[in-house]
Amino acid sequence: MSKTSKIKLKNLKKSFGKKHVLTGLDLDVKKGESFVIIGGSGTGKSVLLKCILGLIQPDNGSIKIDGVEVSDTKERPYEKFGMLFQGGALFDSLPIWENVAFGLLHGNKMYKDEARILAIEKLESVGLGEDIADHMPSEMSGGMQKRISLARAIATNPEIIFFDEPTTGLDPIMADVINDLIKKCVKEIGATAISITHDMASAKKIGDRAGMLYEGKLIWTDNVKKLDKSGNEYVDQFVHGRAKGPIKWVVK
Amino acid sequence: MTNPFFIFLAALGRPVLGTFEFIGRPSYFAWQGLKGAFSRPIYFKMLRKQMIEIGYFSLPVVGMTALFSGMVLALQSYTGFSRFSAEGAVATVVVLSMTRELGPVLAGLMVAGRVGSSMAAEIGTMRVTEQIDALTTLSVNPVRYLITPRLVAGIIMMPFLVLIADIIGVMGGYFVSIYALDFNSTNYIKSTIQFLEPIDVISGLVKAAVFGFLISLMGCYHGFNSKGGAQGVGRAVINSVVSASILILISNYLVTEMFFTK
Ligand SMILES: Nc1ncnc2c1ncn2[C@@H]1O[C@H](COP(=O)(O)OP(=O)(O)OP(=O)(O)O)[C@@H](O)[C@H]1O
Ligand SMILES: [Mg+2]
Repeated sequence: MSKTSKIKLKNLKKSFGKKHVLTGLDLDVKKGESFVIIGGSGTGKSVLLKCILGLIQPDNGSIKIDGVEVSDTKERPYEKFGMLFQGGALFDSLPIWENVAFGLLHGNKMYKDEARILAIEKLESVGLGEDIADHMPSEMSGGMQKRISLARAIATNPEIIFFDEPTTGLDPIMADVINDLIKKCVKEIGATAISITHDMASAKKIGDRAGMLYEGKLIWTDNVKKLDKSGNEYVDQFVHGRAKGPIKWVVK
Repeated sequence: MTNPFFIFLAALGRPVLGTFEFIGRPSYFAWQGLKGAFSRPIYFKMLRKQMIEIGYFSLPVVGMTALFSGMVLALQSYTGFSRFSAEGAVATVVVLSMTRELGPVLAGLMVAGRVGSSMAAEIGTMRVTEQIDALTTLSVNPVRYLITPRLVAGIIMMPFLVLIADIIGVMGGYFVSIYALDFNSTNYIKSTIQFLEPIDVISGLVKAAVFGFLISLMGCYHGFNSKGGAQGVGRAVINSVVSASILILISNYLVTEMFFTK
């Protein structure tokens, strides 16, 4: 693995009113690396990805993409990015194939026929057939929408891909198919990936390194293989899903 | 900050700043949207879709409104004017009222309710389901893709809609006058045209373009800035219709003054 940083965050801070979501987060993801973020619900994992994508303006700190500082603007080199949104975020006014082909049609200015063929290829890679291509997203089940959304995120073969809970809501077999697919994207295309997941098996499978987000910082980062024996009591509690431990669910 | 002078200053400043923000934010939004019409990429497919939505699918409701307004206008002015034996003015009153005022204003209010609300609902839903964020990550500027076509379609299509409303309204007045009030058809048509000046129709069409812009702007602005789930979208819809209606009535006065007082 090469040592150049693809995404480098320093002292990233973001608050919504009095709620401090990110409190000085540092992260360095190398080119071609697959990084997994774990952490409790509402700790700011999705907010972190949106800050990197320029969808949320951070209050403070530095964001470098390929060494270029971008934290002071909303502009990003979007042709480099692919994003799977937690909620899917499919365009409900467009048929499924156009959803998947959207980046190809508008970003890459590809012709319709060509884009459609590629879109159907991508749909097949997430286990969906050509027969659904002309249906609308609202006719699909939740898990199918997630996979369509995944196909859209990887359709343009982006250099950087973010997956916000890619396997949530999928059955175990399909989850494993998706894990393989994410691995393939990273290995074959050489993409740099950041994935958010609550699924430890998935984390170990798709990630090179993992980090745990807690109280606005990555309190632990190491090789995914160390997740089980991290020696960090917060990570231990989270990975083994214990109610007792240093992490308290504060009922407000 | 206990100095009474500062308290006074703050009390004065807050509404002033609030007013600037209230006017400034939609204005900036409108500028961003209109700017998109003068450079590439232009999303013609989206533009065509919006033009059909505003111009074609609003025809029934606007046509009905115009028809009955024209009819009641003839009836009212006839029964009113007969008190001072001025029934002869009915045709002129109908055509001037329709083209100058009722055509554009009623069409504007109906379209605000029909199209403005659906724009706010659609764009608002896209906002709260992160579809607008998704557009951005797919290298498409959401303002260009969603807002520009709607603003342009509003400006272009409303005059057409109002022209049709004018014609239908005048026809409604004609039918009532001929069949219910026993006017002579040739005379009625003659006096409809006699005092009609081009400026009457043109001023109405200019109003229509302004209203079309305001309706689209309010629908897009409130939808684009909606937050907080289904409830937020509901609020955006209400705000878009109410603010568009009020702006239509205010700008109606301003445009009238611009055209007819010298
Ligand atoms: N636009 C926003 N306005 C206000 N607060 C927000 C906004 N977006 C997120 N938050 C708050 O920031 C916190 C972190 O949200 P985020 O969506 O990042 O959580 P998460 O870690 O992704 O959780 P989950 O695993 O449940 O998806 C939450 O408490 C949320 O209420
Ligand atoms: Mg999340």
